[in-house]
Amino acid sequence: MNATLLITIGVTLISSAVALSLRNLIHSVLLLVITWIGICAFYLIFNAEFIAFTQLLVYVGAISMVALFAVLLTRVAPSTNQRNKQSVTRFIYALITGLSLFSLMAFAVLHTDSPKEKVEALPATVYSIGKELTEEYAPALMITGSLLTLAILGSVLLAAHSPQSKENS
Amino acid sequence: MSMLPILQTQDPYLERLPLLLREAFTHYLPEPWHTLSNQLISIVVILSVFGLLFAILTLAERKILGHVQNRPGPNRTGFFGMLQPFADGIKMLTKEDIVPVAADHVLHLLAPVSLLAASILTFAVIPYGKNLVALDINTAALYFFAVGSATELSVFMAGWSSNNKYSLLAAMRALAQLISYELPLIISWIPVVMVASTLSLTRIVSLQSGYSFGVLPHWYVFTPWGFVAFALFMVSALAESNRSPFDLPEAESELIAGHLTEYSGFKYALFFMAEYFGMTALSGMAVSLFLGGWNAPSPYLTFIPSYLWFAVKLLSLLAGFMWIRATFPRLRIDQLTRFAWKFLVPLSLINLVTTAFWILSQNWGHLYFIPRLIITLILIVVPYILLSKKLGRGYAVRTYSYAPQ
Amino acid sequence: MYGFGLIRGLIVTGKNFVQSFYNPSRYTTQEYPEVKSTPPEAYRSFPFLVTDSETDPLGALRCVACLTCEKECPAQCIFIEKSKDKKPDANGRLQFYPTQFIIDSSVCMSCQICVEVCPFDSIKMDKVFEVAVSSRFENLLLTRDKLTKSNQYFHLISPSEAQEVDDRLAAERKVAQEKAAAQAKAKAEAAALAAQVKPVPAP
Repeated sequence: MNATLLITIGVTLISSAVALSLRNLIHSVLLLVITWIGICAFYLIFNAEFIAFTQLLVYVGAISMVALFAVLLTRVAPSTNQRNKQSVTRFIYALITGLSLFSLMAFAVLHTDSPKEKVEALPATVYSIGKELTEEYAPALMITGSLLTLAILGSVLLAAHSPQSKENS
Repeated sequence: MSMLPILQTQDPYLERLPLLLREAFTHYLPEPWHTLSNQLISIVVILSVFGLLFAILTLAERKILGHVQNRPGPNRTGFFGMLQPFADGIKMLTKEDIVPVAADHVLHLLAPVSLLAASILTFAVIPYGKNLVALDINTAALYFFAVGSATELSVFMAGWSSNNKYSLLAAMRALAQLISYELPLIISWIPVVMVASTLSLTRIVSLQSGYSFGVLPHWYVFTPWGFVAFALFMVSALAESNRSPFDLPEAESELIAGHLTEYSGFKYALFFMAEYFGMTALSGMAVSLFLGGWNAPSPYLTFIPSYLWFAVKLLSLLAGFMWIRATFPRLRIDQLTRFAWKFLVPLSLINLVTTAFWILSQNWGHLYFIPRLIITLILIVVPYILLSKKLGRGYAVRTYSYAPQ
Repeated sequence: MYGFGLIRGLIVTGKNFVQSFYNPSRYTTQEYPEVKSTPPEAYRSFPFLVTDSETDPLGALRCVACLTCEKECPAQCIFIEKSKDKKPDANGRLQFYPTQFIIDSSVCMSCQICVEVCPFDSIKMDKVFEVAVSSRFENLLLTRDKLTKSNQYFHLISPSEAQEVDDRLAAERKVAQEKAAAQAKAKAEAAALAAQVKPVPAP
């Protein structure tokens, strides 16, 4: 538990908490980007370089774009963002749900038995990750890849205009 | 790892000079501060060298463009216009910084700052010479492109925070361009990683240090797949750093100044500094991945220190960028995206297959070199011809009806 | 289609770059103010008044204050004040002369209409283009002494036009002199005839 780890954890948690509480959605997305950068720093502290930079490339480089485009293209008018009586009760219910979930997970984590003897960590070099992905876990990689491709194709199909609807409108 | 040519004490004096200079500075500090002081001096040197290079590049670009266009560049400020970048700097610093009232002030300031920060961070992993790299990590190439992808976010922030619908539209278009060209950019250097089986840039450079028949260097650009990968990388680098002919985001005739409309004074200068830094860093990557980094092109020329060879190659690539800027007209947004998705991405994927064939056929023996070369060339040339035919379909060859033949 | 046009374009600009250092036909910039370009002969900037003598410029002006250019100027930028007395011109005839001749060069559009309509070839177009001054109103009004330039200067700036004007004026002068000589001879003959007929006394 050194200072770097504490600062990283602090930045990640604080930025995600502030991101959830802001009114302006674009600001929330940008604070979420800081959260993802915090997670990347977390990976770097534990010497997982490959996954840290992949996290940066995928989340900060691509998923942030997706989130921003989604927010921009489905813009919520600022007038509907008012605070009213219903949102206060909703906040209280959300707090209760969140706290109960958190206590459940904390209980599970704290009461898990850790292994008795020290286990040597596997080397996390790029070579070993690549070897595992292409030899042992190759089916998982290919299934994930096809799942993502199908998801993209499906979303493109959903978003494309069909000719009949154009004629009707 | 033992094959890395690290600096030996019997290397020539000029080669060891930067490290000796650094040692002379850190010598005065107590022992625990040595690593920190070494790193700080590296950072200061990189920032100052590339800052000065940025200043000289702006001048060189204007002079080169001028001479191509039958005119001198700037030649009134100082001898050959040498003081022009400093005059430009003073102008940018003293200009009024106008921010629209309804703009998001925090994001408006943060956009050029984060763009510049991301661009400067990419300089950390490039090997400038033997043992002259600021950060020698195992996943250097991945780090470079991961940090470089953070620049796209700044472009969006710039466009959105200006509270100007034209800036927002232009930022979306710029983002579309950056995302489209990131794919061929990254896929084009994957063949290098396949051949070198490492992501570490120092190791990739040191693997290109041999000479066959005493004359031909082992640079990856002299292999068929390497040449294609180098060409793809340079074209995508042009687009990633918003250079001509892909400078749609910042052209004055396109949506005013694009996402930079509401920026004036020093923030505008910061955007251009970030663009030039991105250009330099991508050229540095191209030199390290394809052109053999700091290796000399011939075994008789190794007396010239390695950082000078790196500088020569970097400057020639940058001059090539400017030559391209002087020659080609700008591409429209639909031409841009069509070029990326229908031409560059399939070509780079096919290049992966070509490289795989080259690697797997390495142990056929020396007799089979010509068939290997022929098959590789067929694998490169045939898709190129087919794809370019398909890309140009529907656009007739231009016939001018007013010019007499 | 296969990128050959791109390579050709690069060769063209490369050639231009390399040759711009030693080939003057590729580097067509003239760096003003070290190198001033000579304008062609028909170039016109602002008008000037021609005078036939260098020692007494204002006395030998060809302008006779006929006020034609003032009336014909489309921008109405010429202001002329006619004199009250007459002076003999190059042909010996008595003519008026302008006591004030002002052209407002901030209005003048160099259309050359004043030159075309002048019957006496007294106003011509100058070629000076470095006419920037520091005050807008006083210095841009060109008065008579600033506008007067000699015929030698006119020969310098437009040799062929000046030669043609000189030839025409000399031819007219010769015609006028011959006519005057013929008239004088006719008058002398008439006087001699009258002198011969005269001594018949009246009764």
